[in-house]
Amino acid sequence: MDFTIILQAGIASGTVLLFATIGELFSERAGVLNLGVEGMMLIGAMSAFSTTIATGNPWLGVLVAMLFAGLISQIHAFIVITLQADQVVSGLSLTFLGAGISLVLGEGLSKAGTVALLPNFSIPLLTLIPILGKIFFTNQSVLVYIGYLLVPLSWYYINRTRPGLHLRAVGEYPSAADALGISVFRMRYFYVFVGGMLAGLAGATISLAVSPGWFSELTTGGQGWIAIGLVIFAQWDPIRAAVGAYAFGALRRLILDIQGPLVLLGFDNPFYYNPYLGFFLQMLPYLFTVTVLVIGSREAMRKRIGAPAALGNPYIRGERGK
Amino acid sequence: MTNQAPSTSEIPLIVEMRGIVKRFPGVLANDHVNFELKRGEIHGLLGENGAGKSTLMNVLAGLYRQEAGTILVNGEPKVFSSPRDAINAGIGMVHQHFMLVPSQTVTENILLGLDDPRFFLRLPDYDNKIAELGEKFGLKVDPRAKIWQLSVGEQQRVEILKMLYRGVNVLIMDEPTAVLAPQEIEGLFETLRAMIAQGKSVIFISHKLQEVSAIADRVSVLRRGVATASGVASKGVSRQELARLMVGRDIVFALDKKPCQPGDVVLDVRDIHAENDKGLPALRGLSLNVRAGEIVGVAGVAGNGQSELSQVISGMRECKKGQVLLGGDTVSNHTTLYGIQHGMAYVPEDRTHVGSAPNLSITDNVIMKKYRKPPILKNGLLDMKAAAKLANELKVAYDIIVPNVSTPVRLLSGGNLQRVILAREISGLPAFMVAVQPTRGLDVGAIEGVHRLLLAQREAGAAVLLVSEELEELLSLSDRVYVIYEGKIMGEVNIGGETPDESLVETIGQMMTGTPLDQIQKEGVAAHD
Repeated sequence: MDFTIILQAGIASGTVLLFATIGELFSERAGVLNLGVEGMMLIGAMSAFSTTIATGNPWLGVLVAMLFAGLISQIHAFIVITLQADQVVSGLSLTFLGAGISLVLGEGLSKAGTVALLPNFSIPLLTLIPILGKIFFTNQSVLVYIGYLLVPLSWYYINRTRPGLHLRAVGEYPSAADALGISVFRMRYFYVFVGGMLAGLAGATISLAVSPGWFSELTTGGQGWIAIGLVIFAQWDPIRAAVGAYAFGALRRLILDIQGPLVLLGFDNPFYYNPYLGFFLQMLPYLFTVTVLVIGSREAMRKRIGAPAALGNPYIRGERGK
Repeated sequence: MTNQAPSTSEIPLIVEMRGIVKRFPGVLANDHVNFELKRGEIHGLLGENGAGKSTLMNVLAGLYRQEAGTILVNGEPKVFSSPRDAINAGIGMVHQHFMLVPSQTVTENILLGLDDPRFFLRLPDYDNKIAELGEKFGLKVDPRAKIWQLSVGEQQRVEILKMLYRGVNVLIMDEPTAVLAPQEIEGLFETLRAMIAQGKSVIFISHKLQEVSAIADRVSVLRRGVATASGVASKGVSRQELARLMVGRDIVFALDKKPCQPGDVVLDVRDIHAENDKGLPALRGLSLNVRAGEIVGVAGVAGNGQSELSQVISGMRECKKGQVLLGGDTVSNHTTLYGIQHGMAYVPEDRTHVGSAPNLSITDNVIMKKYRKPPILKNGLLDMKAAAKLANELKVAYDIIVPNVSTPVRLLSGGNLQRVILAREISGLPAFMVAVQPTRGLDVGAIEGVHRLLLAQREAGAAVLLVSEELEELLSLSDRVYVIYEGKIMGEVNIGGETPDESLVETIGQMMTGTPLDQIQKEGVAAHD
């Protein structure tokens, strides 16, 4: 087994998690927890694939995926921001709604054949860096490179710009922001939309680049949930989110690839000959997610840092002490 | 302006509010209130809790919209639909609960919502600007510090700076001294005077008579939403007179308190250490004791470990080192039930979430410490008839004003809720009670009631530990007062029966800002030499 190849594929796989995680991060930074990531990703994957089949243009597929998932996210926004309903309940229903819509509209898509994919390319010069050049800059999808750009841009936006300052204020202390003329409602709608678009992009990344095709709900296979866990692991910081996303992506690839060869390190590969071990391996990312969630939230509780203070609370004007 | 009334003074009015009416569900908070502010004055706005002072000023600051009445700024009628409109008209408010984002720096908080900077923050440039502005008004604070790192007094300065940076000419301060130590109050007064000297005007909301007399040029008084005095010169009016305008009757400043006859030590806190919620040390080797039949006060500026102290005593927080003895038994690091069984009563700071279960009825709330024993426990089940009977008895005995005892306690006023909690705690005949901020946010009538209940406990021979940020309350109720600062006791003073003298208040104030008692006494002796 060549580990650089596994890591190279892991980066591509991690890009899916990266988009979804950063999207959720924006939404949560504005104070809105959106548990519907999985549903929005399915919407994105399905609409990207079907649009591309219909038009032959994968870029149009990406655009439609982002807009459709963004639109779906606005249902959640309306329910929790305007109607001030419980964010957990609404987010969970969004997952089911997204899955339902994509399964119905995606009926028959799995037999539709292959589509034009987004281009893969290498970055000249950077590929020459030993090991890292191969892993990060050789024959990757254009979306992977977009992911590299998204991380520092997100960090800079949140921490060093005026709209980023307002975003942080809205998630931490909405009444303070409101008192200074920042529209909490408008900001929250906007960042839920951003979160939806990035979840849609994550879906499109699967169906048009990482594992092309439409495999109904197995297309995302719970990665939306992992992304929600990663936001906590990342302590709402895009740089840490990237580390987590790529690490989980690499783990996913490793688990897939380790089951392939007949011989591993000179021995009969137990993961090949024993299918139960394979199932065990496939469980690991989810087990890791749970572990990370438990550790991460305990840590966040203890330090009282990380989580935006107003996360999960509807903003009601004129209510004291909020 | 057509029919302008001739002004009695040449100083122009900067703000005029006419016939302001503001309703909340079930309450007429402002009933045709008039208010006038002159340029360059400090205007005291007095009234009890719930008199409508903050409501009136929230209308002026653009947070609430009045149902009737007009606001004139420099003689021009203005309509404010948001705080931003008010700020643009030169009016800014510093709220009682600070509106600051804890995780952001001072500069970031001040820049929030402004158009400049346009996109990139470039904080260092603005840090300098803000430092200069602070210098000008005697508001010292590090622009790069995060809000959570600042003391309450410093946070207040940030709030004032936030308004000054926006160029306001009228600054409304809502109960600004409630969170400050005596020395910090003097600093605030100096800042306010500096602002007046530079042509700004200040509205100073308070329910403390002596403060308003000390700082304000003129005073207006509100009572139950009606202005009972408008812009009288503070020099020409006595404290008694203001009190009458506020309350509508003469208030008794002294409580009927019998001499203290302390018995054995009931609560013995020995060298305890504990952490706060952030995992930082909150109590560092704190010791105190309370004897039967006395009320012992704990004074201190908010956030110096008072909450953690009461939680360690009641068993709700881990005690890292040391121990809490109640009647000779160690109760620290046991369950709360263990403490209750040893005669502990706890009146927590947070009435609505710790002190009561908001969605449960009065009956459910009062039996919470009694349901394990008869008569509430009957054949292994709850006897709800007996519970309702108990609740009704307590309702009468503790003057809980509510149609019936099945009402969820979240619907009760602060005073009624506190009486429910006290009824539950006191009816268990505790040997010891710890009460944290038992009168915060209550009106004068309710405060008197709570004070009487605490004194009754003392006379019944219970040991009472009273944690409060209201120095006056501590001085009038306590037999002894400990002063807490950064999790340590700075010293202990005895309170005589008569009204405490100025030097005692001065001493407590110094301890509240971190000078230990023995050092004060040494310096005091040195000064007399």
